Amino acid sequence: MALFDDNIRTQLTHILDGVKNEVNVVFFSQEIECESCSDAHQFVDEICDLNPKLKMHRYNLVTDAEKAAEYNIDRVPAVVMLDQDNKDTNIRFFGVPGGYEINSFLGALLEVSGERQDLPEEILERIRKIDKDIHIQVFVTMSCPHCPGAVITAHRLALENSKIKADMIEANTFVPLSIKYNVSGVPKIVINEVHELLGDQPITAFLDIIEKI
Amino acid sequence: MDFNLSSSLFVGEQKFNTFEPQKTYDVIIIGGGPAGMTAAVYCLRKGMTTGLITRQVGGQMAETAGIENYLGYRYINGLELADKFHDQVLQFGIDFENDANVTDIKDGLIKEVHLDNGRIFKARTLIITSGKLSRKLNVPGEKELTGKGVAYCAICDAPFYKNKKVVVAGGGNAGVGAALDLARIATHVTIVQRRDRLIADQVLSDKLKHYENVELLLGHVVKEVVGEHHVAAVRVENRETGELLEIPADGIFVEVGSIPNSELAHGLLELNDKNEIIVDEFCKTSKPGIFAAGDVTDVPYKQIIIACGEGSKAALSATDYILSNPNF
Repeated sequence: MALFDDNIRTQLTHILDGVKNEVNVVFFSQEIECESCSDAHQFVDEICDLNPKLKMHRYNLVTDAEKAAEYNIDRVPAVVMLDQDNKDTNIRFFGVPGGYEINSFLGALLEVSGERQDLPEEILERIRKIDKDIHIQVFVTMSCPHCPGAVITAHRLALENSKIKADMIEANTFVPLSIKYNVSGVPKIVINEVHELLGDQPITAFLDIIEKI
Repeated sequence: MDFNLSSSLFVGEQKFNTFEPQKTYDVIIIGGGPAGMTAAVYCLRKGMTTGLITRQVGGQMAETAGIENYLGYRYINGLELADKFHDQVLQFGIDFENDANVTDIKDGLIKEVHLDNGRIFKARTLIITSGKLSRKLNVPGEKELTGKGVAYCAICDAPFYKNKKVVVAGGGNAGVGAALDLARIATHVTIVQRRDRLIADQVLSDKLKHYENVELLLGHVVKEVVGEHHVAAVRVENRETGELLEIPADGIFVEVGSIPNSELAHGLLELNDKNEIIVDEFCKTSKPGIFAAGDVTDVPYKQIIIACGEGSKAALSATDYILSNPNF
C-alpha cells in the first residue's frame, strides 16, 4: 500500500515542482534489526518518484560497507543528500522523516536543488567565517510542530559552509543515542557533542554557539 | 504513518515580497496568527499596501494538535488550518518578514517599527496581533530542568514518557489535552489543578474517564520541581491546608495558560493589569492609528474564532482611519 494518499501526493507533486536542479538522494538501510527501514525506503522511494530530478540511490549498510564509510553512515535508516554533481551537502536524515518532519525533508530537497530563500548578508558572512569542523545533531519526534524549523536551520548551515555537518535524528528510532545525549524534549540541538540548545532556535542562536567553539 | 504537511512553507517566492524599508505602508501588521492573517486579508482586499511581520506563521494555532471549534471544520489540525489561512493571505502578494522580532515602535503620524535584525519599516497605521506566549510555572527547579523532564509541548515530547510517570500542571483545555495525549503512553498521569474543578471544555474532561491511569489533584499548586540531572518528583501544595505533597514523577508538562506578548507596547500603549493591550470596540488602542486584535488584547476569551473576528475589525478600523484622515 502506498504511504501517501492521493491528496498528499498531489500536494507533494506541486511542492516538488519547485525542484531546480537534480538532487541525488542516497538511502542506506539493512534487512534485519531495522524496524523502520522498510517504511523509510518506501518514503524516500515514493517521494523521489514524484519528480524525475530526484534520483534515488539505495545501499545496504552491511553489504555496501564501503559506501557507508564514504558517507560516514553508521546507523540506519539514513538519507544522505548530494547535489547534482554528486557533491555531499553534509545533510543527513536518520530515521523516517514522517509526521511534521516531512516538511524538513522537502525543504532539504528544494534547498539542495538550488531553490533557496535568501539569508541576510550579515548572517551569510558569519556562516562563511566558520573554519572549524562543526557537527550539529537535531533530535526530533514526528509529532513535534517546532522540530522541522530547527532541522531546516541546521541543514541550511551545512549547505552554506562545507565545514558544517547537520543531522536530523528521529529520537525514538535511535534510543541509545537519545539516552546518550539525555534527550527528553525536542527539538534538542547538540553541537560538537557538548553544546546544547533546546527548541526551534533562530539561526543566530546556532551561530552564537558555533562561533565560541 | 501520518504526514503533517505544511504546504505554505513551500510557496515560491513570487508571492513573498520582501519589505521595502524606504516605502511607507498603509498598514503594517505585527504578528502572523489568526488575528494577523485575517487582518491581512481584509486590508489587502481593501487595497491597502500591507506588510506582515511574523515570528512564526500561524502563531499558537500552528502548535495546536486538533481544533474542533472553528466552524466549517468539524476537526482540523492546527498546522493545516494555519496553512489554509496563509494560502489565503498569499493569494494577494504581501510584503512579508518572517522570523523577526519587533524591538521598538516609534509613534507619530508615520509610525516606525524597529526589528531585532536592525531593519526599520514605516507605516501610517499599525495593527498589533502579537498574541500570547506560554506561561511558565516560575518555581524552583523549572528552569534548571527544562528539557530534562520539564516540558511545554505534550505532542512533541510525550513519546519520551512511555511507561513513565508524569504530572500535568493545569486543568484547562491545554492541560487536559496534554493529559489525554500522555495517558495513552505513560503509566500514570497526575493533573495538578489550582482550582477545585477542571476548567476544560466538558467534551474534553469527559474523555478522561476512559483512562484509569489519570489522577486528578484539585486545589493544588506546583511549588517545586525536584531532581538533580532529571526530574524526579514534583512538590505540590494543598491550597486550603498548606500541606505539602511530593509526587514521584519522571516529567512535568506545563500547561498553565499564557501571557500576552505585549512587551513591544510597554510605555507606548495603555495595558491592563494582565499586560494586555486595552482596545475599544473598534480595536483602537490608546494611540491614534495603532490598532490591536486577538489574544494580545483585553478582549475576553482567547479563541481562534474570536481572534479572527477581531482581526477583521481592526483591519476595517485601520482602513477607515486612513480614508478619513486628511493628512493622508
